[in-house]
Order: sequence, then structure tokens, then C-alpha cells
Amino acid sequence: MPRSTTASDSELVARCRAGDEQAWAALVDRYARYVHAIVTRVYRLPPMDAEDAFQEVFTRVFERLDSLRDDDAFRPWIAQMTRRCSVDALRRSGREVIVAEPPEGVDEGLARLDEAMSVRTALDGLSPECSEILDRFFCRDESYRTIGVELDLPAGTIASRIARCLGHLRSSFGEGRKPVGSTSSGKVGDRR
Amino acid sequence: MTPEEQIAELLRALPATPKGWVEAATKLPAARRELATLVERIEQDERLRERAIADLETLLRAEGVEPTPSVVAHLRRRLVE
Repeated sequence: MPRSTTASDSELVARCRAGDEQAWAALVDRYARYVHAIVTRVYRLPPMDAEDAFQEVFTRVFERLDSLRDDDAFRPWIAQMTRRCSVDALRRSGREVIVAEPPEGVDEGLARLDEAMSVRTALDGLSPECSEILDRFFCRDESYRTIGVELDLPAGTIASRIARCLGHLRSSFGEGRKPVGSTSSGKVGDRR
Repeated sequence: MTPEEQIAELLRALPATPKGWVEAATKLPAARRELATLVERIEQDERLRERAIADLETLLRAEGVEPTPSVVAHLRRRLVE
């Protein structure tokens, strides 16, 4: 997994404006999952439309970075851009009737993804080992066996490592923060 | 649900993005430079301009550029400027 930069959004945006392609790559890396989740999970676009919308979002971001007034507000700006591109994709596919009004649950879905982005930021602050094992298990849906083979770890130790790293992430994310509600179990021992 | 379970759920809310999607977005600056060069050539070469007007997608493929909707839209905008 590529390690994310610790530079702030506003720093990356400023460097992108100056033509720094590494900063652009870091910005894409940081926001790819967020944009992907909005188009596929909040707006539920089919794969082809989702990919087009995803590329359109980053194209617009690239072309309109100069019009961003507050560099610290990059996240709401790209979220808004993604909403527009998703609605455009739905219109193109002939489902504009559905989007005459915002689809139900969009605001809740976006709020949940904002919370998920904060957890993601905390994940990037963990040790590379913890960050990778949690990413592989929870985000890439890899089995204990695959993780064990890829990271050269005994399969029997994976569950305990995940639990330990999840504890670190919880501490890092902050015990005082209460994640938005969700419905299904996050137990780590249900995949082999 | 325990705090760890809630955090696990939030991690699952942002699954990995397909590699090709991220690569294509990352290459945007280079792709834009490539397109700018092509636009210059089109502006200077009447025959190339005719080919672009007749069938932009085919011309892009011939130039080794994938004619995605955003690329085609961008180039059309540039050509009418």
C-alpha cells in the first residue's frame, strides 16, 4: 500500500497549482476512495458509469483547482463535485427521474464517508505494519490466508494482530469521538 | 456495537479503488500535456484538423490516446477556442 503523505490538503493543493505532479498523485491517492465510495455506494452508479464519473471528478478538480477559494475546504469541494458528476451520470443513463430530487440517504451517506475519511487519516498515522494489515483485511477484503502469504506472517497470528492494530487505531482516532451509527458487525473473526 | 467494531465498519466504508482508475487519474497532468501538444499540431496542420473534425475518437486512438468521454470533451473545447 502506498504510504500517504502527511502534507495537509491545502499544502497539496498549493503544490498542485504550482505543477507538482507528485502532489497531484498524493491528492488523488488521498481522495480516490472517498470519490469511489460516493459514486458507487451513495449514488450506486453501475461500474461503467461510476468509472466515468470518477475520472470526470478528477478531471474537473485538475482543471478548476484555481477556482477553489478556500484550500482548507478541499474535501467539501470535491464532495460537491462528485455529487454533480454522479447526478450527471444518472441523467446520461436516462434515470433523471430518480434524481429530480436528491436520492434518499445522500446526506447521511456523505456524513458517514466524512467520518470514514477521518478514520482513514488516523489509519495513515499508524505504523506501516498496522496500517497495511487493517487495510488489507477491512478495505481490500483479503482473507487471513492471503494476508499471511502476502506479509509472510503465520496465519494463526493474523486475527490477534488485527485486533491489536484496531485497538491502536481506536486510540489514535480518539475515544472521545463517537462514530456515526452503522448496522452490521465489525468483528474480525468472521473470515478465514 | 463496540468502538472497535464501529471503526471497523468505517474502514469498510472506504474500500480500495480499482487500481486502473487511480492510475488514470494520477496520469492526468501528463495526459493534459500530451493533449496540448496534439492541439498545437492540429492547429498547425490543416489535414490533421480535418481528421479531428471528421472523427476525433479515431484520430485519438491513432495518436495512442484513449478517447474517454472527458478527454474527448476537453479536446473539443480546446478545438473550438
